[in-house]
Amino acid sequence: VRRLGNRLPHGWRAVAWIGVLVGVAAALSALPPVTIRSPVVPVVIGLFAFTIGLGSWIRGERRIGGYAMAAGVIGILIGYLATRSSVGNLETVVVWGALFGAALRYATPLLFASLGGLFSERSGVVNIGLEGMMLTGAFFAIWGADVAGHWALGLLIGILAGGAFGLLHAFFSVTLRADQIVGGTAINLIALGLTTYLFIKIYGDEGTPTGISAIPNVSIGFFDEIPGIGGFLDDVFGDLNLMIWAGFVLVLAVWVVVFKTPIGLRIRSVGEHPRAADTVGINVYATRYGAVTLSGMLAAAGGAYLSLGFVETFDQNMTAGRGFIALAALIFGSWRPFGAAAACLLFGFSSALAAALQTYSTSASTLFEAMPYALTLVAVAGVIGRSIPPAAVGKPYVKQ
Amino acid sequence: VTVTQVESPPPPAPGDASPGTHWLERLDGVLAPIITVLLAFLISGVVVYMTTRDLGDTLETYRAIFRGSGLSWFFELGSHDIGVPFSDASVWFPWNTDDIASLAAANLQQTLILWTALVLVGLAVAFAFRCGLFNIGGQGQYLAGTTAAILVATELPDLVDLPRALLIVASILAGMLAGALVAGIAGFLKGTVGAHEVITTIMLNWIVIWVASYLFGIGGPFQTGESDALPSSADVPEKAKLPVFWGDPLLQGLHIGLFVALVSLVVYAFLLNRTTLGYEVRAVGFNPDAARYGGISVARNYFLAMAISGVFAGLAGSLDALGWQFRLDVTQIQGSTIGFTGIAVALLGRNTAVGVGLAALLFAALETGTASRNLDPEIFPPDLASSLAIIIQGLVVLFVGAQFVILLLLRRARTRAAGATST
Repeated sequence: VRRLGNRLPHGWRAVAWIGVLVGVAAALSALPPVTIRSPVVPVVIGLFAFTIGLGSWIRGERRIGGYAMAAGVIGILIGYLATRSSVGNLETVVVWGALFGAALRYATPLLFASLGGLFSERSGVVNIGLEGMMLTGAFFAIWGADVAGHWALGLLIGILAGGAFGLLHAFFSVTLRADQIVGGTAINLIALGLTTYLFIKIYGDEGTPTGISAIPNVSIGFFDEIPGIGGFLDDVFGDLNLMIWAGFVLVLAVWVVVFKTPIGLRIRSVGEHPRAADTVGINVYATRYGAVTLSGMLAAAGGAYLSLGFVETFDQNMTAGRGFIALAALIFGSWRPFGAAAACLLFGFSSALAAALQTYSTSASTLFEAMPYALTLVAVAGVIGRSIPPAAVGKPYVKQ
Repeated sequence: VTVTQVESPPPPAPGDASPGTHWLERLDGVLAPIITVLLAFLISGVVVYMTTRDLGDTLETYRAIFRGSGLSWFFELGSHDIGVPFSDASVWFPWNTDDIASLAAANLQQTLILWTALVLVGLAVAFAFRCGLFNIGGQGQYLAGTTAAILVATELPDLVDLPRALLIVASILAGMLAGALVAGIAGFLKGTVGAHEVITTIMLNWIVIWVASYLFGIGGPFQTGESDALPSSADVPEKAKLPVFWGDPLLQGLHIGLFVALVSLVVYAFLLNRTTLGYEVRAVGFNPDAARYGGISVARNYFLAMAISGVFAGLAGSLDALGWQFRLDVTQIQGSTIGFTGIAVALLGRNTAVGVGLAALLFAALETGTASRNLDPEIFPPDLASSLAIIIQGLVVLFVGAQFVILLLLRRARTRAAGATST
């Protein structure tokens, strides 16, 4: 308990986190179910959050203090806009259960790809081919399920196809020491061309057939019986796809593997200082091969969820930049499993919100789609705390 | 095991175009891209073969793509009408002068329109490469250029009545500026806080894509398409369109942007090799630390190199907007991959002006030749062929990435040959 207590934030960092929460409260005060109609309330609460953030920023807690200030400003904005909107619109858009449920659905493909990218980049290989690997997984999963007749086989085939692209990337970037960004770009192009080619060749104009064995949802009934928040929990977790639950487990598993096992230590050391890792007997090439192949498999699993679990069809270039958002989430989350997962949830939530915002205006919801990218740009620009990549990322290693 | 602190050899830096001392080594720079392309076509041939199940048909497919690209126009040897009025005088000529009737000429015009854009997007990637920066943002910078050019060309005539030339120049300048702005952000962030340009340009790509989708999408402030099914910008007015100098203006004739691209190639080579700016950019590209030690501001050069890259890409976008597309719709905004083809062009062209020009011709011909309106559907389904073109592009990029392996094999083969002759 004491060790856990030490891990909790304390001092000005704790104050700053409270500031973040107050900023969130500013936004919530004007939203259902509270729905205060006077703009003064969110503005006052938001200013309070900003002050807390500024205070801790001055005292040296730059990163979280910055978050708190941002939360205060955004809280005021959201709160003010909400008081300008009609209650009816607010209640159709802000249905928390539906929003969080949708956020999980949007976040899951990102999560798989992002955690895949984590393995690759932690081992020192940049993987901007995540997009192509996802697309490959999406196509081959649905094709596999169509041919083999069962979603599990489809998922397996999709993952294997993604793994093959991972292996290709590893071969070019590790063995041939080609530029990793060039290799990733090539993989994106080849995957786009190949999946479109096969999709048209096999399915023609009709598209993938309906009634393909899809990844099932897991229905959990007992949430309703919990008093109070039962309805909310049921909306969010009551009927989620199997892959979403797998995603939860995966985050934990990746964290354990990367930070608590010898394998993870090897992967990280190879990504930080391959020469040192080599000196102590770690096989740099094998580790990178494994990590990059695994990243292809995980990204493909994310794509497979997209096609076989979420929309149950395939379409040309259906990932539409999700691989790049996954990469953004990885960077936004500072190359850490929980950080990446949180970023995926944030980006998933922004997608869910973008879809819900269509009630107000289609064009505004389109503009909202740019938010994950803008946030990541701000994050790498170091305005609020820099994201620092593994030291040896992008550099080919030559064994002496 | 002895561990020596040896720097790993530099990766096959795409900006590395140092002239070899021996003419044979210089030849490698030409041979390697050719081998790369042949390899890519060979592997894609397997895909075609698996579709057609016939070797003859596979070759025939490539031949049809070549015909579709219009490059066959140069090989129509024979007597052609030279268009002397009131006669049917014909003279032996290496190409078909009767180009109104020639399908090849029409196809070639399309190839060259695309060439114009690919040269400029290729230069956008290549210029940044020479400064040691990987500009993945060609897509966003191109799109920013298209968007700005279309906005100026459609909105400005409502405000002031400009003569045609001035309106065109204003639109193109707006496109160049927009491209420079988008790329400049990445260069600025790289120079000041060291944010990796690959990440920032990818993010900027998508920001531009969504902002453009917002501007011209359903309910957007500049959406004027007839239906919500295909929302698009307003059409570029007649007076803002680039003049066509070859072919029928109504059937996508070749516009004067071609000359802009040619001049840009010269400007690119001149800027890099004959100016202080180019010297500094290349110095930073070779070794930023050494350049800094030599008194060159690395941050300034990162910013300038990216901004100039953005100018090239923005120029490509505005020329396409005013000379070819004339409008921008949402599927186009989200589906275009021209920025990535630009990467292939720069890599294959080894970041030299001549190389970019040739590589752009290859990819322009490939894309035009596989387009559904040019490829003979009897020989190969065109909807498959355009994805085939993307596969070939991807393979080229993949092999270019590992080009030093090809160079190594060439060199090894040569030393073996030299050894054989000396003994």
